Amino acid sequence: MDFSYEVSRALASCEGVLLLIDAAQGVEAQTLANLYAAMEHDLEIIPVINKIDLPSADIDRVKEEIEIDLGLDSDTALLCSAKEGTGIDAVFEAIVQRIPPPANHKDQPLRALIFDAHYDSFRGTIVSCRVFEGCIRPGDTLRLMNNRARYKVEEVGLFRLAREPKDALCAGEVGYVISGIKRVSDTRVGATITLEDDPAPEPLPGFRDIKPVVFASIYPIASDDYPSLADALEKYTLNDAALTYQKDSSAALGLGFRCGFLGLLHLEIVQERLEREYDQSIVMTSPTVEYRFLLTDGQEVRVDNPLYYPDPVTIEKGFEPYIRASILLPERYMGVVMELCLERRGLNARFNYPTMGRVEIRFDMPLGEVIYDFYDRLKTVTQGYGSFDYDLLDYRESDLVKLDILLNGERVDPLSQIVHRDGARARALRACKRLKEEIPRHLFKIAVQGAIGGTIIARSTIPPFRKDVTAKCYGGDITRKRKLLEKQKKGKKRMKMVGEVSIPQSAFVAVLKSENE
Amino acid sequence: MNNTAIERQESTPAPGNPSSPNAGLYVHVPFCRKKCPYCGFFSVPSPTLIRPWIDALLNEIPRYRSWPGRFDTLYFGGGTPSLLDIQALETIMLCLRAHFSFSLDTEITLEANPGDLTTETIEGLRRLGINRISLGVQSFDPRALAFLGRTHTVSDAETAIRRLNDAGFENLAIDLMYGFREQSLQDWQETLQRALSFEPAHLSCYQLTVEPHTRFWKRVHTGRLLPLDEDETRTCFLTTSRLLEAHGYLHYEISSFARDERCCARHNWKYWTHAPYLGLGPAAHSFLSGKRWWNVRSVRRYIHELNAGAPPVAASETLSEEQLALEAMALGMRTSRGVSLHTIGPGQAMTHLSRFIDEGFLKITRGRVLPTRKGFLIADYLPTCLTA
Repeated sequence: MDFSYEVSRALASCEGVLLLIDAAQGVEAQTLANLYAAMEHDLEIIPVINKIDLPSADIDRVKEEIEIDLGLDSDTALLCSAKEGTGIDAVFEAIVQRIPPPANHKDQPLRALIFDAHYDSFRGTIVSCRVFEGCIRPGDTLRLMNNRARYKVEEVGLFRLAREPKDALCAGEVGYVISGIKRVSDTRVGATITLEDDPAPEPLPGFRDIKPVVFASIYPIASDDYPSLADALEKYTLNDAALTYQKDSSAALGLGFRCGFLGLLHLEIVQERLEREYDQSIVMTSPTVEYRFLLTDGQEVRVDNPLYYPDPVTIEKGFEPYIRASILLPERYMGVVMELCLERRGLNARFNYPTMGRVEIRFDMPLGEVIYDFYDRLKTVTQGYGSFDYDLLDYRESDLVKLDILLNGERVDPLSQIVHRDGARARALRACKRLKEEIPRHLFKIAVQGAIGGTIIARSTIPPFRKDVTAKCYGGDITRKRKLLEKQKKGKKRMKMVGEVSIPQSAFVAVLKSENE
Repeated sequence: MNNTAIERQESTPAPGNPSSPNAGLYVHVPFCRKKCPYCGFFSVPSPTLIRPWIDALLNEIPRYRSWPGRFDTLYFGGGTPSLLDIQALETIMLCLRAHFSFSLDTEITLEANPGDLTTETIEGLRRLGINRISLGVQSFDPRALAFLGRTHTVSDAETAIRRLNDAGFENLAIDLMYGFREQSLQDWQETLQRALSFEPAHLSCYQLTVEPHTRFWKRVHTGRLLPLDEDETRTCFLTTSRLLEAHGYLHYEISSFARDERCCARHNWKYWTHAPYLGLGPAAHSFLSGKRWWNVRSVRRYIHELNAGAPPVAASETLSEEQLALEAMALGMRTSRGVSLHTIGPGQAMTHLSRFIDEGFLKITRGRVLPTRKGFLIADYLPTCLTA
């Protein structure tokens, strides 16, 4: 789901696909989702069974799944091991033989679809596109059909091991265009390029719009790193346009950004890349979905941040987004998975038995339950055999409350969550327990409480530490002691002070993670 | 000479006064008959290496002949310095006196095992000018001694103390250990009472710390030794401090108690106040003008380097202002001298300071921030809060 956008824009730019299936895992929920997407685009599909070198590879079973689960002719499936290079020639040959060549529309006005863009500090924005009709050459003036911006084409070419300039990029080709576009945000993935002199009348269909579905705030650990974080986010979005962000502030954490992600995996990737590639020390708050509330005055508000949960007395009705979850699993795990789904407020269970011993379960389920460690739990209860995919369905009415977390009586707003009333107590207990594990002991006792409005519904206590001293410190111990203190100071700098309490980064997402079982 | 030496201390600046220009000299004697299961100090049970080690030490000493200034402490630590015979100690002392300048009232300490102190040895030590003995008694309870793997008996310790008193060793320091299950709080108090009955000038009471690479460490990690919990060790610590202070002793450092001001370990104060010190022998650390260096942690390599005419130094570091400040804070918080108020870091540190004062961990006296008895218990936690 997180990357269905990437899949859809790739599918829109080609004539055929290789459908890769793991020889050991077999057909998974994502395999089905991608197959349907390729079929929607009416593409030639070549099933390829990869990783046949694995000792656990079971080609006969996978072929059977291809026949029954996917409805494809398993005789057309190719066998290969990309790691060892086995069968790769046959794959290339099949691409040449079986995927139809692009239709030749060289003489028509230019229409090229932008499917990606990245920034090069020497050349500016480099646009990746698929030319459907016409030709584009250096010296031409191109026009972006979405915003009518014009640029002089400097270079066109193909992607080989390096960029390889060409005289022209013509209908059927996939390549790059460099045209002095300074900022990636000036181009839009899915937009159509045409020529200023001989414009096409209509743009290409483009892709379905992407909308973030999971939201979380990012704060710098040290508040004076805010400008540096702002800069990092701007650079980051140059090649990940799916991340949206805007300024945000919190009483506990100061200035930061509210970000929208395609899903939890996307969120984790963003967090990881900001830390590793952009060297940012950040706190990310618990992710949430976008809730809608109908107020008594008839107004509808959208809330993607628990901070803006409306005054409960003004709420007429609450709504939360639902998904259609599709879970593919061996039959023996059906009981535990059913239990998990019902616990997560799953509705309308439907079952499919594609092959012997395997079940596909479909559920309607609130997205808010999925971002709450659903995937981790699913993997745990099915010992890794369950696979999961989802589509957004609609918004449904729901009894929503805001769960606050209080540390020594003070509300820590980034730890607040919007939850269904029935699950609030269990969530609160879990959050209190996890925070007790994550927050180091202080010199004073820390009360961790979960509350709805003024009512405390869960509590845990972090006892104070009462002793921290070594018996000896002579000539040979001093350097070692200093190094230890320096390390502690560094660790402390990675904690966020909220009131008197130092909270480690990990605590902010831990409230949403499952227990280590 | 010893008695007069000690009386003269009265007129010298208080130990640890940073304005004192004098340095401390440490000689590490890295030999033991047998490693104790709790001890993390560097030593080897290889008596055959003693001779070559002495030769190497005699080579190391002249390397520092241009050391700036005088020494007013000399400390033979270990290992087990009392393993050395008087002849060996004399050779070393002569060499030290030949290359270094000592103040008249130099405090000369030797760490000794109770079993090693015959009347003749004691007389020999006295003649060499050694005026302070740090005696590794550890406990007056045979069960505790057995647990700690000590080879001496309670009566060995008592005999040694009596002999030292008889020989006129005024300045006697007794080392004791507590904080393990095999010793009840009651047992510990009895050991303290026995120690007090000798009215030693100095008492070091060490809470058992399980050091890496020791047999106790291995036993803890294989579940065969269960350390005392935090609240129990805390009670032991507080009881010790209260009891000894009630008997007039000064609790002047986490583990150190002095019968009066003059009895504070002048040598150890050097470590705690960034005074200069020179360490000789394997694994010994030195500090001078913001630079610290330490010798190789191997007797063979120490000997090899010096025989090859090379310095036996393993590594060195030059401390930045910030590092010096952090160390000064960490060391200061371990002593009753505390730190000067103006060294408390800006911003957050001040908020922490007032909280620590409110909660009775620290107090301010004459421009200095001092840890209270309760504050000693969190001395390792305080520095990161109080520096910028």
